Amino acid sequence: MSDEALAIGVRTQRPRRTLLDSERLLAIGGLTPAVIYIVALVGFPFVLAVVMAFSDVTVGDPSLDLVGLETLRQVLADPVFWRALRNTLVFTLISNALVVILATALALILTKDFKGKWLVRLLVLLPWTTPVSLATISWLWTLDSIFSPIDWVLRQLGMLEGNMIWLGQPKLALASVIAVHTWRIVPLAAVIVMAGMLAIPTEIRDASDIDGAGFWRRTFEIEIPLMAPIIGVAVLFGVILSVTDMTVVHVLTRGGPTNYTQVLASWAFYKGIEGGDLAQGAGTALFLLPVLVAVAALILRFARRREVL
Amino acid sequence: MSVVEVRNLTKVFGDMAAVDDVDLASREGEFLVLLGPSGCGKTTLLRMIAGLEEPTSGEIFIGGEKMNGLPPRIRKVAMVFQSYALYPHMTVARNIAFPLRAEGVDKAEQDKRVRWAAELLGIDRYLERRPRQLSGGERQRVALARALVREPNVFLLDEPLSNLDAKLRAAARDDLLEFQRRVGITTIYVTHDQVEAMGMGDRIAVMSDGRIRQFGTPEEIYSDPADTFVATFIGSPPMNLLRSEHRVVGFRPENFRPITEFAERDMPSTFRFHVNRSEYLGSDRFLYGTVEGYDENTKVIARVPVNASIPEGATHEFGVAAADLCYFDPRTGKRLRGDE
Repeated sequence: MSDEALAIGVRTQRPRRTLLDSERLLAIGGLTPAVIYIVALVGFPFVLAVVMAFSDVTVGDPSLDLVGLETLRQVLADPVFWRALRNTLVFTLISNALVVILATALALILTKDFKGKWLVRLLVLLPWTTPVSLATISWLWTLDSIFSPIDWVLRQLGMLEGNMIWLGQPKLALASVIAVHTWRIVPLAAVIVMAGMLAIPTEIRDASDIDGAGFWRRTFEIEIPLMAPIIGVAVLFGVILSVTDMTVVHVLTRGGPTNYTQVLASWAFYKGIEGGDLAQGAGTALFLLPVLVAVAALILRFARRREVL
Repeated sequence: MSVVEVRNLTKVFGDMAAVDDVDLASREGEFLVLLGPSGCGKTTLLRMIAGLEEPTSGEIFIGGEKMNGLPPRIRKVAMVFQSYALYPHMTVARNIAFPLRAEGVDKAEQDKRVRWAAELLGIDRYLERRPRQLSGGERQRVALARALVREPNVFLLDEPLSNLDAKLRAAARDDLLEFQRRVGITTIYVTHDQVEAMGMGDRIAVMSDGRIRQFGTPEEIYSDPADTFVATFIGSPPMNLLRSEHRVVGFRPENFRPITEFAERDMPSTFRFHVNRSEYLGSDRFLYGTVEGYDENTKVIARVPVNASIPEGATHEFGVAAADLCYFDPRTGKRLRGDE
């Protein structure tokens, strides 16, 4: 082929630019669905809730009259709000402390080699795959005031006369809610921590063997420090799940006995939806915001630091 | 300082023998290299000596004592890994002190020994840094210091230079050798790089398919290979092998020269060498071609001085001195000795 023919060949074969080649269009096209979704289902309700918190809107009187801080003053004046706020913090702290310990221990076990590992892994993951409401209903039956199988076992062992009435006594009800929360979050946290543990290079573990570290030294001086960022991520997820959750309280105790196990999310629901006082419900829920903003900021920081490493 | 010895050592993974009935004994203070292609079992052998892997059968002795079933700590071995395996969340000082802490050495003694090891390796300036702030060469020194600080009986090194770039590798090789000579600790060094093995090893064990093919000094392994595997694995370019019905003839490219260069007493064998291509390499010239009378697919390489004028595309009379010819069994690949 002569040079000229070659040149013509190249010219005719050059592919045409299509719309999809424009990065601008592609970017807009790709982002739009997500933006619409977020604005419609997150942004709009969020703004609405904030506006409602400064109004006196109820189910009976849906007109949006702004009343300034009056609604929030009413919310704060209710002692149940303070109990709910305290419970939210206590639940979150205790259940996540338990989650960290149990999830790390579980992850340590599940990364070892033993017979029937797949079965144990499956069983551990089950609570996470069950819908919260259904899982909690099964706990409701397990903790039933008369037919509780736990009571039955304790009675058979001679450790109990009569019934514990798990959900009817303030302290026991609190503990039950925390236990169910923990039970629910542990699998997710364990999987996250397990992933972190598997990401530690085998050579590091071999090196600690060679250096003469035993199980405890290796676990506490090598593995856990190396997993700290991942455990941090697991905790943040756990905190979000426990701060915002109302299902466990709603199904187990409905906030009772006498509002003793109320949390912010459930209290907002009972006030706003069941009680029909939309403004106070929104005002109560608004107090979740600072916690969630802080957690979100931390997650983003973690994510960025992982990228840098 | 101890002798390492393994007897009938075998390790089976699934139904594959990674290490297959290996016998090997080091001398005291020796630099012993395990050389072989990847998957030949050299790292598994090293890990069994270290105590990171239990042998399926066979025995391991360090300093005359049987070590089977004992953890690395009791074997008093130190190991440097390919990735160095430094603890990323600890400072250099804490990394080096880690084996001492595990041993329960008191704090003052720890500091003293860390400083000694760090000075020996010239990393005392970096003690407060973290591994990620160090270059590859510096990390390697930290790994060596961590291995040294416990004053082990045996050093085990698993391809410690392969993560360094070529220039740094040559310098690190010198440092490593000098360091080993100074501390005089028996060292077992795993590598797949024959240049490294030849340059560093007092003796080399060439491995393939879980077995030791040959164990000897670099000279023995190079000029007196035990089989065709060793003959072609060692040397770059490898030994030429010419296959005929009842034997395989082998000779090194640098021993394959124009017949005119030989004297009568060399008793050279003559080959008609057809040169297809000549490659200029600055210090040498490689001639690629075939030898008449043998399979045309058998490529033969000659290594000649750069100024040799041997045109491409022609056939020349080449020869090999009788002493430089090796004969192998065409079926087993094993060396044929004597007049066979």
